[in-house]
Amino acid sequence: MLANIEGRAWKFGDNIDTDVICAGRYINSLPEEMAQHVLESLRPEFASSVEKGDVILAGVWFGSGSSRETAPTAIKALGIGAVVAESFARNFYRNAIGVGLAAITCKGASEAFKEGDRLCVSFADMTITDVTNGKKLPFEAFPEEMLQVIHAGGIENLLRQSHTRA
Amino acid sequence: MGKTIAEKILSRASGTENARPDDYVVAEIDLAMIHDAWGHVGPILMKAGVERVWDTERIVTVFDHFNPPPTVKDAEAYKIGREAVEKYGIKYNYGQNAGVCHQVFVEKGHIRPGMLIVGTDSHTMTYGALGAAGASLGFSEMAYVAANGKLWFKVPKTMKFTLNGRLAPRVTAKDVILYLAGKYSVNVAQYMSVEYYGEIIRSMSLAGRMTLANMTAEIGAKFAFVDVDETVYEYLKGRTDAPYEPVYADEDAVYENEYTEDLTALVPQVAMPFAVDNVAPASTLGDVKINQCVLGSCTNGRLEDLRAAADILRGKKVSPKVNFLVIPASTEVYRAAMHEGLIDVFLEAGAVVCHACCGPCNGGHLGLLAEGEVCLSSSSRNFKNRMGAPGSEVYLASPATVAASGVTGRITDPRDF
Repeated sequence: MLANIEGRAWKFGDNIDTDVICAGRYINSLPEEMAQHVLESLRPEFASSVEKGDVILAGVWFGSGSSRETAPTAIKALGIGAVVAESFARNFYRNAIGVGLAAITCKGASEAFKEGDRLCVSFADMTITDVTNGKKLPFEAFPEEMLQVIHAGGIENLLRQSHTRA
Repeated sequence: MGKTIAEKILSRASGTENARPDDYVVAEIDLAMIHDAWGHVGPILMKAGVERVWDTERIVTVFDHFNPPPTVKDAEAYKIGREAVEKYGIKYNYGQNAGVCHQVFVEKGHIRPGMLIVGTDSHTMTYGALGAAGASLGFSEMAYVAANGKLWFKVPKTMKFTLNGRLAPRVTAKDVILYLAGKYSVNVAQYMSVEYYGEIIRSMSLAGRMTLANMTAEIGAKFAFVDVDETVYEYLKGRTDAPYEPVYADEDAVYENEYTEDLTALVPQVAMPFAVDNVAPASTLGDVKINQCVLGSCTNGRLEDLRAAADILRGKKVSPKVNFLVIPASTEVYRAAMHEGLIDVFLEAGAVVCHACCGPCNGGHLGLLAEGEVCLSSSSRNFKNRMGAPGSEVYLASPATVAASGVTGRITDPRDF
């Protein structure tokens, strides 16, 4: 999660909920199958057009609704490199970081960056650059508690570590 | 400076004196609720080499969302889940015949004021009806809790609703929360704890408080708390011997926002597709024809809800254009309804009565929708794609509104009956 991410921006609006991200009926499906249905009711062509490293760009409260972890898991399985949003719903945010999907809070992103632009996310200097129009924005630091999850490589690893220590 | 309920509970659970909004604390968990999610949580625990859970008596379990499994892959998930529950020796396992998690654990006395509870379901804050802090978690974080009994939490800001007046006949807790969502929007409580007070609360049954706390999830909240009083103490008598200490906010607690409403003139409300804050009075939606009604869910599947619907359906018939599904939230509710003759009222009216489970609420089974179909449901969410085809629509309303509409085949104000 700490290497640079570069890809095409796919822009969505506000309050994108976990039912449009990954419906409840896929909760027991394999990640590869879930991935094919991500956001299909909003943009049917999305899942089949995404290339590895692409970025979902969204407004406020991305991931609202259910606490299902399959929402970020499906996005990650699709090959999306990062979700950049004005803000995230709490469950989605924690779940995304927990499964190793970069959930990046960046105020002003949905204004500055456009659909189809190439975005470059740098964790080294905590910025996002729109390679297409030249704009650059800083993104919010991850809270320390989330950093421990990121540095462990996801919460499953953190769990393994917490257990071997005991 | 005084503390709000969330600040007090997180301070106590983390052993810090002064947990303040935006602080992160590591808190000991009083109770962890895991439902069908065992099919995912179990494998995560096993892959991580976890041999024992932190406390076999502080994890409660029931299989509710996909019970009995509608597809082979769901059946396999259940099989894996059951094996995990057995491997980890979970004492309070209510299996596949008890009903919906939030209803079952309240009935069985596991939920008490002041507790810090986590659950693999976004409506875990339902427990706020009994003054408990209920936070939802994903599979991986729950696995962490199951192994370690603690987790980090960001202390939320708190907002307050004071609800005064008296609800008119056939106007219910569901109409209250729909009205609040419609007026203040689904984002008003994002990441916050919400506390409810006022005359309306004092005269509200526990069932109604559960509806209110349950749907506080839809305005973005992290926790919901309904002021704890006699109603809660009475309910808990005979359901638990365990000691408990209700938590009350300090006089000088600091709230991010405070809103006061007089709800005397409140009329039945409906949330229209595809957002819970897209709300209008039921009386304005008479041109919406419906194909399916759902009376049930953790939001509104209690005895009080079934009684309200039966009150309207008694002696009447469901419209031939409507498939009317009755799904009690628990087997206890189902049996009580049966003893009161309500099940017979439903069947006589032409409704379909199902076992206690989550049903079609999240699109799992028992009533998915085709393109263009419309469902009026007593559940909590009407997102696009949730209950079936992307072009299907869900409207949300109270049990009384759902019942009245089931008879006419169009959205109908229950006060017309």
